[in-house]
Amino acid sequence: MPQSQVKMDVRKVTPQASVIDIEGDVTAFSENVLMDAYTDASSDGANSIILNFSNLDYMNSSGIGLLVTLLIRAQRQGQSLLAYGLSDHYRQIFELTRLNEAISCYAGEADAVAAASNGR
Amino acid sequence: MEDRENKDRAARDAAWAKPVDRLRVSGVPDGALNLNVEGRQLTGPLRGFGKMWQKTYRVRLDGVEATPQEVIAAWKENFSKFWPEGNAFYGPLTGIAPGEVAVLNLSMPGRIPLSTGVMVIFADEESFTFMTPQGHMLAAWITFSAFEEDDTKVVQVQALLRATDPLSEIGLRLFGHKSEDEFWRHTLKALAAHFGVTASVEQQVTCVDPRLQWSQAGNIWHSAALRTPLYAPVHWLRRMIRRS
Repeated sequence: MPQSQVKMDVRKVTPQASVIDIEGDVTAFSENVLMDAYTDASSDGANSIILNFSNLDYMNSSGIGLLVTLLIRAQRQGQSLLAYGLSDHYRQIFELTRLNEAISCYAGEADAVAAASNGR
Repeated sequence: MEDRENKDRAARDAAWAKPVDRLRVSGVPDGALNLNVEGRQLTGPLRGFGKMWQKTYRVRLDGVEATPQEVIAAWKENFSKFWPEGNAFYGPLTGIAPGEVAVLNLSMPGRIPLSTGVMVIFADEESFTFMTPQGHMLAAWITFSAFEEDDTKVVQVQALLRATDPLSEIGLRLFGHKSEDEFWRHTLKALAAHFGVTASVEQQVTCVDPRLQWSQAGNIWHSAALRTPLYAPVHWLRRMIRRS
């Protein structure tokens, strides 16, 4: 099976929120990397997980499917999932797939962190 | 160099469909039952009612020389031919391409006809994905892909789905899961046979979310399972009048 071509780093930005910086391609082969990053991001009891797509190169439909399973996992833990740094193209894809109705999207990190702090 | 990167990026971006408010159907042949698609919105698993499942069906094409791209090209070209008898996929003349809408005529238990559809939301050389509209019994994304694993070509159907409404959830629990599993197992075996391989299908089922989304119970208003038997006679009658 092809190797994952994505790198994900986790940063704690507030006591309640963690950011996952995504760099590269999000495809079916990114599952382990994404779920490990989510586990890391949740380890200190964060109730908001923010996905940073600023350095996303490419995402296919399997990658979108991974985001849905991540969303459900976060919801079942009582966490909210937010995103920022999406290009216009991927904002359109979030709209097409209805992900924008479940994952709040922001222009930048400051807006996303503020929204997370306000419990959105 | 930068120009080439931009072209590659544009080609990859073009694999996605553009967002649509409502589905538009065109080029459906005369014999097809074209109901419950035109004007419908896309739903997908986030807007469904029932438990969310991820179902993966795989077959290994041992000894097949064709590349994953060639396998996907053959699959796109012969898509409905691999389906079980009694089910029809009326795709557009342009084939399986991003943004295209297909009408499905399916045979439900008891030979009850069901007309619904799908939209191709993603299609590249190695995979393609369908998303279902309002009224389809499954609120789903279904991805068809081919790739190499341990020097063997593998073809895969992966569905992320919820039953659309309470009636579909009951149907899914009673017979729907079994029917769906048989449907895709048949399809993959037929695809393998196309490449001269007799193969067994591996199947993996995961319950992603056991909760029911009661806020989506009203989806039943659009139910193609209820509407098709009601409207099909009117549809046939109109066609007979038009012909005469």
